[in-house]
Amino acid sequence: MSRLGPLFDQLRAENRRAVIPYLVAGDPDEALTVPLMHSLVEAGADIIEVGVPFSDPMSEGPTIQKGHERALEGGTSLLSTLSLVKQFRETNAYTPLVLMGYANPLERKGYAAVADACAEAGIDGLITVDLPPEEVTAMNAELRRQKIDNIFLISPTTSDARITTITAQASGFIYYVALKGVTGAGHLDTDAVEAHLETIRQHTSLPVAVGFGIKDADTAATLARCADAVVVGSALVELVANDLGTDGSYDSAISGAHSLISSIRNGVNLATSN
Amino acid sequence: MTIDIKPDLYAQVPDEHGRFGIYGGKFVAETLMSALAELESLYNDLKDDPAFLREFDLDLTHYVGRPSPLYEAARWSDKIGGGRIYLKREDLNHTGAHKVNNTIGQALLAKYMGKKRVIAETGAGQHGVASATVAARLGLECHVFMGEEDIKRQALNVYRMKLLGAEVIPVTSGSKTLKDAMNEALRDWVTNVDNTFYIIGTVAGPHPYPMLVRDFQSVIGREARVQSLNMTGKLPDALVACVGGGSNAIGLFHPFLSDNKVAMYGVEAGGKGVETGEHAAPLSAGIPGVLHGNRTYLMQDENGQIMHTHSVSAGLDYPGVGPEHAWLKDIGRVNYVDATDAEALAAFHRVTRVEGIIPALETAHALAYAEKLAAEMVPDQHIIVNLSGRGDKDILTVAEIDGIDLGIS
Repeated sequence: MSRLGPLFDQLRAENRRAVIPYLVAGDPDEALTVPLMHSLVEAGADIIEVGVPFSDPMSEGPTIQKGHERALEGGTSLLSTLSLVKQFRETNAYTPLVLMGYANPLERKGYAAVADACAEAGIDGLITVDLPPEEVTAMNAELRRQKIDNIFLISPTTSDARITTITAQASGFIYYVALKGVTGAGHLDTDAVEAHLETIRQHTSLPVAVGFGIKDADTAATLARCADAVVVGSALVELVANDLGTDGSYDSAISGAHSLISSIRNGVNLATSN
Repeated sequence: MTIDIKPDLYAQVPDEHGRFGIYGGKFVAETLMSALAELESLYNDLKDDPAFLREFDLDLTHYVGRPSPLYEAARWSDKIGGGRIYLKREDLNHTGAHKVNNTIGQALLAKYMGKKRVIAETGAGQHGVASATVAARLGLECHVFMGEEDIKRQALNVYRMKLLGAEVIPVTSGSKTLKDAMNEALRDWVTNVDNTFYIIGTVAGPHPYPMLVRDFQSVIGREARVQSLNMTGKLPDALVACVGGGSNAIGLFHPFLSDNKVAMYGVEAGGKGVETGEHAAPLSAGIPGVLHGNRTYLMQDENGQIMHTHSVSAGLDYPGVGPEHAWLKDIGRVNYVDATDAEALAAFHRVTRVEGIIPALETAHALAYAEKLAAEMVPDQHIIVNLSGRGDKDILTVAEIDGIDLGIS
């Protein structure tokens, strides 16, 4: 049973917004992933998006592409990502976890097997960048069987008619892609995002998260006024890559990630407290 | 595997979802879905529109130089001593390959859509050159994505593109070849989707690209059909074409698909030998999956990661293949075979010396297989090989392999 619905119900009741950090599983090394996830929760993350490394991450900007490459060099796969999730779940049974990735690793294992393995590991939802509603029917049936949410992207180019098609199949939350571009791009227009979110809300009561291009607490705070959740990906992936200690220790990467997510948490809280 | 096929089956693919059986489709990020829908709708309006078709035909006649000749390679056929080999001379097209048929068509679509900026991916550089050419002619801004490895091995085509006014953007991610160039082109498209037309160079990518590229390239097979009847009084016994993404092959094959007696062979890049794993032959040794917007046969590992490929020819160095080929393989209509680097190089030298035609290294794979096939045939049988491109661009590569220093780098 997905933890996403109950979490968003609670957040709404408390007039709070979710902070969703994104990391690439196994970047740069599987030893970092689980401690990093716990640290993100401690810093105020409500949900964690776990990127599944893929050889051809077509929607990612250079920062996250490099994260995928580092993780693949270390041998991280869909199955080892799910092992990391299981380890995280040994001491955290409550934070919703969402897998974000591409269709081919899922196709290779088979949708039914993926849904079973995700349920067993404690995954709450999936975002599959290249499975739009036109291609998702088979996958969605398997996810529903395991009560895992399928989270769809809506973009600035999505027509009203398509929003209806998408929201009819979506559950958990909607992921609004804040700009035309790849992850980590630098041309976010917060006014345009606000207008699009109003349109989306005319079609669905699902919570709406906003991602792509959110780099700091100020942008997160601005978007938290209109969104139910903000996703921070490239900024976190870049920070972790830059803070890797030369002594093989991950302490500074973990503390750097902690302070980034804390500051975004505070920014988001301030923006919604009045 | 063969099944009884109704002749009109081939006209029914792709279906309205862009699928060829289980292959094809539109596996792309949401941001691109509206652009694909717009392109599909425009193409559906134009594809039977007499004015559009006339404009396309006029360009093919006066700018490309069509029809391309069908040439009997008499001396080569004599030496082989079996079936007769005819070459469909796409190397004589303007820019030197079949690629321009498609870029002419897509540039017309860009014009109808009012897009002022075009992007393209390229492997060997032939599609990049063909895109830069039509962009120059129409005054469009053109950006070509090309893997860093391919830039090294195709320096002449890189400079041609620059002369034509295109910007060539080196791609340094992943394997630094055609696959990664396509990733980068898709990233550019998603960012600049409002003003940009993506000219995909092969029968891959999301629907409607595999369909419209096939339609534009089918001029090859339509001409070859008429030429074969005129020259020999009958249809060919076999067709042979190389397959990377598969656009020259589908262009030759498609108009013959309902002619059940015409055998067809798509020749993939066997690299160092399919058994070595160092090749680019997904139809021979791949598994269906999803990449670059469509479901098709892919070279991938047990975790669904796309594998690095190897071929002496940059244009065949791609881990996937057009979805229609995947379907034609499964239904048994086309035979997919391979030729190794060594076999292709041997055929390259043989046809150059015997016929005075220097073929592209991609094309040389088809020639290598045609030679084997002809040897098993009798003289009143004939094969049409798609001579998809000329080999000027590959001369530095061949010299290097043969250990000859031309004193230029």
